[in-house]
Amino acid sequence: MGEFKVHRVRFFDYMPTAIRAMAFNAHTEKLALGRMDGSVEIFNFADHYFQEKVIPGKDSRSIEALCWVGGRLFSAGLNGEITEYDLENLRPKYSLDAYGGPIWTITSNSQGAHLAIGCEDGTVKLFEVLEESIQFERNLDRQKGRIISLSWHPSGAQIAAGMMDMIRVFDVPTGHAVQRLLVDRGFGGSKSRETVVWSVVFLSDCTIISGDSAGKVQVWDGHTGTLVKTHLVTKWDVLALSVSKDESSVVVGTSEGTVIQFQFIAPTLQQQDKEWVRTRTFKNHTHDVRALAEIETAIVSGGMDTQLVVRPLLEKFDERSYASGLRKIHFPHRNLVSCAKKAGLLLFQFPGQLELWRLGESDGHGKPGDSLPLKRKPEKLLHLKRKGEDHICCSALSSCGGWLAYSTMSSVRLYRLQTDNNDISITKVPKLPKVLRSAHQLCFSSDSSKLFAASSQSSVLIIALSQSECKYVHTLKPKSGSRQPIHLMTNSVDGKWLATANSDCEIHVYNVQKLKLHCIVPVYGSCPSAIGIHPTTNNLINVHADQQIFEYSIVEKQYTDWSRKLQKQGLHNLWLDRDTPVTHVTFNPNNPEQILLHDMHMFCIIDQSLPLPDQKTQFYNQMTLRSLSGQERPSHLHAFKICKTFQDLLSVSLLDDQSLVMVERPLLSITSQLPAPVRQKKFAT
Amino acid sequence: MAALYEGFTLCGLVPTQNASDSPIQGIELDGDSDHAVVTDSTRSVTLYKVSDQKPLGSWTVKQGQLLTCPAVCNFQTKEYVVVSDNKVIRVWKDEDLNIDKAFKATVSADVWRVHSAPGGEPVVLFQRGAVRLLDSLLSAPQQPIEDVLSEEEVIRWSTNIVAEKQHFVLFTTEQKGEHFLYVQRLNPNTLQKYRLEREDSGAPPLSFSASLRDKHINLLYLYPNGCVYQSVVAVRGPVELEGVQTLPRSLRLRLPVGEGKLGAASAVALDEAHVAVVGMPHPSARTGKDFLCIWNTNFQTLQAGKEMVGRIHGPVWCYLGKLFVPHGKALSVIPYECQKSSLASALGKLRHAGIAVSKSSVAVPSWNSLLHGDQPQGPAKIVDTRKSNGFIGDAQDLQLSVGQLACHLVARSQAETAFYTPGALAQLVQTQCLCHSVCPDLLLLALEHKDYFLCQLCLQLFPDIPEVVTCACLKTFIRSHQSIEMRLFNLCGGVLQTAYSDNFLLPHLKDLNAQQVILFLQYLQFVYLKFSQDVYTQTPGLRSPTMTQIIDWLCLLLDAHFTVLVMAPDAKGLLSNLESFVKSQVKLFSELGKIEGSLQELHKMKLSKDISQYSIEVIELF
Repeated sequence: MGEFKVHRVRFFDYMPTAIRAMAFNAHTEKLALGRMDGSVEIFNFADHYFQEKVIPGKDSRSIEALCWVGGRLFSAGLNGEITEYDLENLRPKYSLDAYGGPIWTITSNSQGAHLAIGCEDGTVKLFEVLEESIQFERNLDRQKGRIISLSWHPSGAQIAAGMMDMIRVFDVPTGHAVQRLLVDRGFGGSKSRETVVWSVVFLSDCTIISGDSAGKVQVWDGHTGTLVKTHLVTKWDVLALSVSKDESSVVVGTSEGTVIQFQFIAPTLQQQDKEWVRTRTFKNHTHDVRALAEIETAIVSGGMDTQLVVRPLLEKFDERSYASGLRKIHFPHRNLVSCAKKAGLLLFQFPGQLELWRLGESDGHGKPGDSLPLKRKPEKLLHLKRKGEDHICCSALSSCGGWLAYSTMSSVRLYRLQTDNNDISITKVPKLPKVLRSAHQLCFSSDSSKLFAASSQSSVLIIALSQSECKYVHTLKPKSGSRQPIHLMTNSVDGKWLATANSDCEIHVYNVQKLKLHCIVPVYGSCPSAIGIHPTTNNLINVHADQQIFEYSIVEKQYTDWSRKLQKQGLHNLWLDRDTPVTHVTFNPNNPEQILLHDMHMFCIIDQSLPLPDQKTQFYNQMTLRSLSGQERPSHLHAFKICKTFQDLLSVSLLDDQSLVMVERPLLSITSQLPAPVRQKKFAT
Repeated sequence: MAALYEGFTLCGLVPTQNASDSPIQGIELDGDSDHAVVTDSTRSVTLYKVSDQKPLGSWTVKQGQLLTCPAVCNFQTKEYVVVSDNKVIRVWKDEDLNIDKAFKATVSADVWRVHSAPGGEPVVLFQRGAVRLLDSLLSAPQQPIEDVLSEEEVIRWSTNIVAEKQHFVLFTTEQKGEHFLYVQRLNPNTLQKYRLEREDSGAPPLSFSASLRDKHINLLYLYPNGCVYQSVVAVRGPVELEGVQTLPRSLRLRLPVGEGKLGAASAVALDEAHVAVVGMPHPSARTGKDFLCIWNTNFQTLQAGKEMVGRIHGPVWCYLGKLFVPHGKALSVIPYECQKSSLASALGKLRHAGIAVSKSSVAVPSWNSLLHGDQPQGPAKIVDTRKSNGFIGDAQDLQLSVGQLACHLVARSQAETAFYTPGALAQLVQTQCLCHSVCPDLLLLALEHKDYFLCQLCLQLFPDIPEVVTCACLKTFIRSHQSIEMRLFNLCGGVLQTAYSDNFLLPHLKDLNAQQVILFLQYLQFVYLKFSQDVYTQTPGLRSPTMTQIIDWLCLLLDAHFTVLVMAPDAKGLLSNLESFVKSQVKLFSELGKIEGSLQELHKMKLSKDISQYSIEVIELF
């Protein structure tokens, strides 16, 4: 196959922010995840945990809690506002001040008719959920001290509220507090500190379960207001609680990074009476577990260490399957790196800024495995801070390195870059067309004459770029009438075709020269995670969240023979078993047979001229091939050439000089930037 | 877990004049599981329906007469039996209104108790230890009754047990501060006498409780220091052994008694893992309150506790899931439940559950073959049995018989100076079924006979040699080998490897004289030098003491005799040698510590080199 020169880049200091809240919608199987920076991510658990949507954060927004009402998503935060999100345009639909000071929690009743929020000023406020908005209805009896956590009784008639040193139970129709459950303080030095009831759940049988800052999980009888059982689970805080749908299991998250399961079972053999018994402890986090959800077959957890962990409950599986494996989601399922292939520049996207880097150079050649001496070190050319409060949602760099664009929720900015030797100058392009207000995706045509911006309802704006001005050309609209946002966009090297993919799993191909829709690729059941148009054949390669690969001939408007063969034979099980999606597809102009793909853990070149591997073939065979002689080797070759030398990959691209750029972000570097975890007594220290 | 439920009062009690005496002599079962026959301490027997808390009938003897034993029910004839004024046996039926008009017979000796159990005939136990079946006694009441017990021996407690159609009467006696257990089998009649091990304080046991489990009689007894011991007597055991054997015991529970000792307390076994205790303070309550507690002996945990109003008088009785507790001015009935803990089954602690014990497979080694000829076969066979069928019950039996054999051999050796069987004893020790406490005289006997091989074996294999014995061995070894020689090394090596506690060892070490101390120090210095030269040749499992053990003993010896050694002129050279050697060792170790630090730094540097922000590499794909 051959040798490649690889720029191994580790200077992209990508740092995900901590997970603060999550809410699982059992009906749509979608998980909403709120991070500390105010961003919201939607994961589709029915489609291989694919990160379908990202709503960028905002400086002034904070999310303390998330809540689904049907298909509508609400959040509340310490800024005192309740926000409903527009999941089609990936922005807040509206925010309203609850006038109760910082809001600690938001929850809806099981009927979906009302929202309750817990405020710093000691009020529980009820809001009625209307068709297009929500409306304040009334306050429950105001208490002394903040309301930290809330849980509705499934009947909707009562609400349990976790406060400082106590839990209150409110009767919803009258608004009066009917029970007062006193929560003990911790021992020793923490005796003087108030106990914060971080989380409560109210079960149908009127059992209340609470988790507090003294490390206790307590089970209460809500009828009588008496304490049934105390489980001391940690020396630190119990932060999050989640109950399973059938109320037979409760999971709690602690500051130590453990998730502890309690189950409602008979504690001794052959006994009928059930009680809440601590059963399992999972340790997948190093820091606070702030958000938890127990779903049908798994426990989903997230917290300060920024990763989303899906821990399957193995007793719910009869056989090994995709869903029975432990999943850790570290990286976003989209690109944060743009590469100017001709100029050898890299653009890194952070929520608050962009960084432009020039790659280094080396001279001479080396054998495989060697590191080459550097002639020129990589250089940070530009550090571009965004304007305004809104975080950057997408960015693009033209392949010549002459144009740079980024978008936030409220504006798009376009810059002209000029580099001569070591000097770089940047000029903002003034007066962008008015229609270009914000974009979900941006990309430049390969000759840098056009900017494509994905807009609302899956439409694409075309902007013509020239030295003197930029002007609006056309809006491409899909015929399907989909309202979903575009999350992938790519164009062909010859400038003729533009392909887009949206969260409805639709892939549209437009003829940019004729400014019209060319075709719709047959809709496949799993969301596309990467698409690319071949530079010579103009075949569209699309890879989906379920790891399937399709090749579609744009010209002939049908799947290619290779694609049909691949589908007929099926992909190798080891390919299908991978647990991170392919996030980028690119091609080798010098060798049209080669398709380059990568996910977080591997980089792969598919050689279409080679036979496809069947299930009996050794799939990861690079080591074997290396050990074989030149004559033996051809009989062992297959199409998938996988390299795992590079780990924790954020981006892979191929420069015009045939060298690869691998952007790695070692998880260890992310971990080392986290704050210190709570101190734990280890044996013999 | 175990639980005590809400109890109820069965009847009121009239406190006795002597506050320490229980106002109730005994509570026995009737044929009906809901009935209880309560005998008070004076003249009355009352039959209660327990669930209704009401008396069904009451019988009283005349003024001036006294009931001297609790009434029991003869389950075969549905009659009640009681003894008044020690000699008069009275038998009556439910419908008899007046006990005086019922049958009575006067026997020729004082009766201690009448015992009765379902499935067996009532048995009469006389105060001098004789046992008669009730029927045969009543057929000839004036028959002569022999004395079984010696002059000053008195019965303290008795019970009876029916197991596999075998009827047993168990009773304990006290004689000059020593306590014995008698196991009387009926049909055929055999009597076995065991000596109970003395508790260090010499105090008598406070209470006994016997139960039948897995074809073994389990005897549970409580001492004032809070220790609850269990001894196991096989139902079908080697009964032909004569003489008094020491009854092996195991500590099941150590109750926290706090400051003082227990006055009157009582422990009764509820099942294999649970014991009910009264008269003991609750560990977390104020003193001065009487509690009924259930303890789990597997985990040594308190599982349930209940405060009883007023003082608890003497024993408690336990029948069919109910505890009968006389306390204050009432007799309370407290239902309880002991569940098999899930944790216990998870930890495999419930070893008896579900094991089908086949007792017939236990090989009891032949006494004669072991002593004369065929020597290797006996113990070898035992070991094989132990290994091949892993039943704990069998292992218990084996330990029992090995212990008995060893005790007998030792006792005979002590009695007859000419008799000593080193081979047999060594084989018994090598079964590893023995320990020092089972046969405390064995090691001393070996010492006496200068059987150093056996001493060595015991030192290596017994886990529980008291410090005083360890020191005695050490003294003998040193005394008998005045010059340093290889033999002494091996012997002292064994001593160094025994388990000990500093506090207990120190006083005995002080008994060594200066000459012995110097000799022992020389020995310790020699092995210390030897082992510090070839640290790496030490292999675990080899019978040589470890470096730490040597240094610990060195320190102990120096501590114990420091002033003596300072004064002794011939110790001067030795001590200064030791000091300079230790000094050089300390220096060496500090240097080694520095090297370790540098090596670790090197290790770290290699790691950090690997991580760079940027590199251009060449890869090859095939």
